[in-house]
This record gives sequence, C-alpha cells and structure tokens, in this order.
Amino acid sequence: MTPTRLYTALGALTVALFLASLTTGPASLPIPEALSALVTQSDGPATMVMREIRLPRALLAALIGASLGLSGAAMQGYLRNPLAEPGLIGVSATAALGAVIAIQTGLAAAYAFALPAAALSGAAIATLALLALAGPRGTALTLILAGVAFSALAAALTSLVLNLSPSPYAAAEIVFWMMGSVADRSMTHVALAAPFILAGMALILPLGRGLDALTLGEDAAASMGTRLHRMRLALVLGVAASVGAGTAVAGAIGFVGLVVPHLLRPLTGHRPSTLLIASALGGAALLLAADTATRLVFPERDLKLGVVTALIGAPFFFHLVWRLRGRL
Amino acid sequence: MALAAPPERVVSINLCTDQLALALAAPGQLVSVTRMLQRDEGAMAEAARALPGNSARAEEIYLLAPDLVLAGSFTAPDTLRMLQRLGLTIEVFTPAETLSDIRANILRMGTLLGREAEAQAEVAAFDARLAAIPAPAGPAPLAALYAANGYSAGDATLPGQMVKAAGFALLAEEMGLPYGGVVPLETLATASPDLLIAARPGAPKSRAEEILAHPVVAALRDQVPTDTLHDSDWTCGTPSVLDTVERLAAIRETMK
Repeated sequence: MTPTRLYTALGALTVALFLASLTTGPASLPIPEALSALVTQSDGPATMVMREIRLPRALLAALIGASLGLSGAAMQGYLRNPLAEPGLIGVSATAALGAVIAIQTGLAAAYAFALPAAALSGAAIATLALLALAGPRGTALTLILAGVAFSALAAALTSLVLNLSPSPYAAAEIVFWMMGSVADRSMTHVALAAPFILAGMALILPLGRGLDALTLGEDAAASMGTRLHRMRLALVLGVAASVGAGTAVAGAIGFVGLVVPHLLRPLTGHRPSTLLIASALGGAALLLAADTATRLVFPERDLKLGVVTALIGAPFFFHLVWRLRGRL
Repeated sequence: MALAAPPERVVSINLCTDQLALALAAPGQLVSVTRMLQRDEGAMAEAARALPGNSARAEEIYLLAPDLVLAGSFTAPDTLRMLQRLGLTIEVFTPAETLSDIRANILRMGTLLGREAEAQAEVAAFDARLAAIPAPAGPAPLAALYAANGYSAGDATLPGQMVKAAGFALLAEEMGLPYGGVVPLETLATASPDLLIAARPGAPKSRAEEILAHPVVAALRDQVPTDTLHDSDWTCGTPSVLDTVERLAAIRETMK
C-alpha cells in the first residue's frame, strides 16, 4: 500500500470513529439531532450534551490516541525495540505521579498549567532515565526490566501520595490514574492538554527521516547526516510533552503505542517515517473505538478506558514476547 | 440487650457510634472516641476533642481496658476478631439507612449505656421534629444528588431517604439504582431535575471532585435551585440529619 493510500484509509477510519464517538452515549439523541446540536445553538440539553460532554471526550480520545501511537512508533524506531511503549515502560505511570503530586499539593488548583507541566516533568524524567539505561545499544530485556521497575515505583508512589491525602476518594483516584478514562472531561481539559500534545507531536513527526536512516545502524545514520543527540533530545521532549499532557487529564492508558505500530508496520513497508504518521492516525482511531466500546459494552457501568486497551493490547504483548523469546 | 450494670468504661471505635454515644453517655462513661470525629468540625467534634482519641486499632483499644467497645459493621473484621479473642465485649452497630433506623440505633445505644430515659427523650424530640415537617402535596419534584465522581445516592441509602422525606422524587431511584451509582453527566443534563443537591462545591482538591465544577453542572446550578450536602450531613444517622430534611422541605415548599 502506498503511504498516501494508507494515510487516507486511516484518516477516513478516524473521522468515522470520531463521529461514532460523538453519537454514542447514555442520553439517547437521534444521530441527526445530535450532530445538528453540535453546530447550531439551542438552549436544550442536546447542545449541552454534545458540546460540553461528547465533543471534549472525542477530542481527548483522538488527541491522546494519536500521541500514544506516535510516541510508541518513534520510541520503537529509535530504540529498534518493538516493546518500547510509553505505558509499558513507565512513562505514563511517572506522568500520572507528577499529575497526582500537582493536584494533591494544590498546585494544580492555583495554576492550571501546573498540572500538565508536572506530568510532563514526570514523563521527561522517566524517558531520560530509560534512554540512559537502555539506549540504542541496550537490549530489549534491559528496557523492559527498567520499565517494569519504573512503572512499579511510580504506581507505588502515586498510591502513597493519594493515601496520605485527606481526600476520601483516594481509592477511586488510584483506579483512575492507573487505568485512565476520558469520561466526563470538559473543554477546560482539552485546552489544558492540547497545546502540549500538539507541540510534542510536532517535535516527533520530523524525526521520520532520521529514524529511517537509523535502521541502517547508528554509524551509517551518523554518516548520512543524522545528528543522534538532537534526535534524542527531540524524542524525549516530544514524548514527555505529548504523553505527559495526555496522562495529566486522562490517566495512564496503556498498550496503544504497542498495538498500533505493531499492526501497521507491515502496511508501511517497515519504513519508520511512514509508520510515524500512520501510527498517529491509527492511535487516534484505536482510542476512539476503545472509548466508544466503554459506553457500549457496559453502559450502566463506569468502564475504564485503560481496561479496554489492556484487553486488546495484552495479547499483542504476549505475542511479541513469544516471538522475541529466543533473543531476550 | 440489657446489661446487669451500666458499663463504666466505654470506647467507641466508629465515627457514627461516637456521635450516638456522645449524645447519650453519662459524664465520664465514654473514655475514648475516634480521631476521625476529633478532626471534624462542629459541636460534636468539639466535645470529642475533650476525650482521648483512638484510631480503631486493637492494641490501643485493649490498653484502654474498656468494659464495652462500640463498633460499626464496617469496622475491620480482623480488628473485631482480635478484640473478641482478647475477651472484650463488643457491640456492632449497622449504619442507619432509613430515618427509623436512626430511632432504633438511639434506643439501642440508650439500653447498652443504661441511659434509656435519655434515649427515649432524644427519640421523642426526633419524632416531634419529623412530624413538624409539612407533608408533601402534589407531584414530587425531582431531586438529583450529585457527588464526587458523578456518584448519585439511591433510595436505599440514608441521603436518599432524607431527600425523599423532604418530599422529593430521587433521580437515582428513577434510574433504577436503589443503592445509587455513577450517573454520567449526560444523563444528569437530560434528566432536567428540579433541584440539584451537590456535594461541597469549593475548590476541587481532588480529581474526583472536579466533576462538580464541570460546565454541565455549572449550567444546571444556574437553571435550578441548588443545595449543598456535606458528607458529614449524612454519613452518620444522628438526629442532626433532620437539619437537612427541614432545609430541603423548605425548598420544596417554595416550589409549590
């Protein structure tokens, strides 16, 4: 498949799933009425439901899905390791820790942007440490082990911070931060996260050519003019900004960055540059589909988004581990 | 169950038995209440701070040498088993889920503490206040209880019973959630309730409370009367729940 046709197909799928997300929900609005309420002003609850509940939800799912797909593809290309994924290696968990600290210290209430900034810092620390521990020359095993340690530590510290807080909702909060959800978020959250997510993605997308060159090895890539240090800096900042901001408003959502590049790689002729754009579109589509599923499978229950992505993603992970077992 | 002689060293290890006991106990009879109540606000907490506090841990309870321990049915079962093994007398109270549970718990506490007369008087005052609330007439307006994480209490819970006693229909009951559950914002927006009873608004200190500042809830606040129900208003079944019932009934009267 040519890249253009692949992008067109994935783009069309994303748009279709975006509309599906907008027209799914407990308030039974007929589809034409729902979509017209989105564009025309009226006093009824339909406009409220569409503009203040479903639109931010669909926007966040699309943005966060795109950033996770893109980050997964970029990290896998840079580390040449198919298991690199922000959720699995602890970047999301560390971002969640940053966000929880910002909320519990009251910093997020005082300065709205302290929330994404703290999550971003957490994600940046984790990404830097992971690249240092398991850089391009590290093995898949080093990366996964370091990631497991980071995830466990961040999850434990998140639980600790919430346990020490006077909030009676600590247990529910822990579930949210570990499983993630975009339910009942508002446009405020979109405005808070979108600038960082888009900026992060803008840092990662131009890395395609360098990642293509890197498939030939570091020395070859360097001789072709790829500046590895700059690439690494852009990758760390891009992943931290996009994953950090997404996690700050929706919790840690795992496996998207693993599943999407894995599914799309054969369709891109194994070219990292094509995979980057395709994974961004595919990530948006997957998260929109997963979030729509949370509302269709158990409409009465508050099913968490991360549960659905884990149910989809874990089999892929096992499949990858099975294929890699000889090399690990 | 009546004891031969009233207990002399009573320790309460549950927030709600704390309040029932504080209202009825003879001076010096109650020797410790929970630190949870001491951290609270209001007259009860003020009285609680005059006593030594406990954190409901077996070791500290045993060292207080109580002849009666008052616990709740949600007290950690391991703690209760440990106290039983140590030979202490324990009375477990089930949290009130209806207004008549409150009466029953007061009378039971009176019997256990040997303060039957005081308990009878408290129940009589409770009944008189309840009888003074005007009986609802006409179709009941719809009230939506809305708390952190979008949780809405149902009619099988004390807050739900309090709202119904004030003459309102309850959103969670209409949705078929007797014990309550998460009501999505969408459902709240389309249900168009006549009264919104939200948990503490203030600056959200936790992500769970953010939902109470969501534009949909804010818009509803502008459209319909809003009341605030603090957790401490309904967590324990004490006569003070009637403060809330009276307040809500007054709102109900204005809606006629």
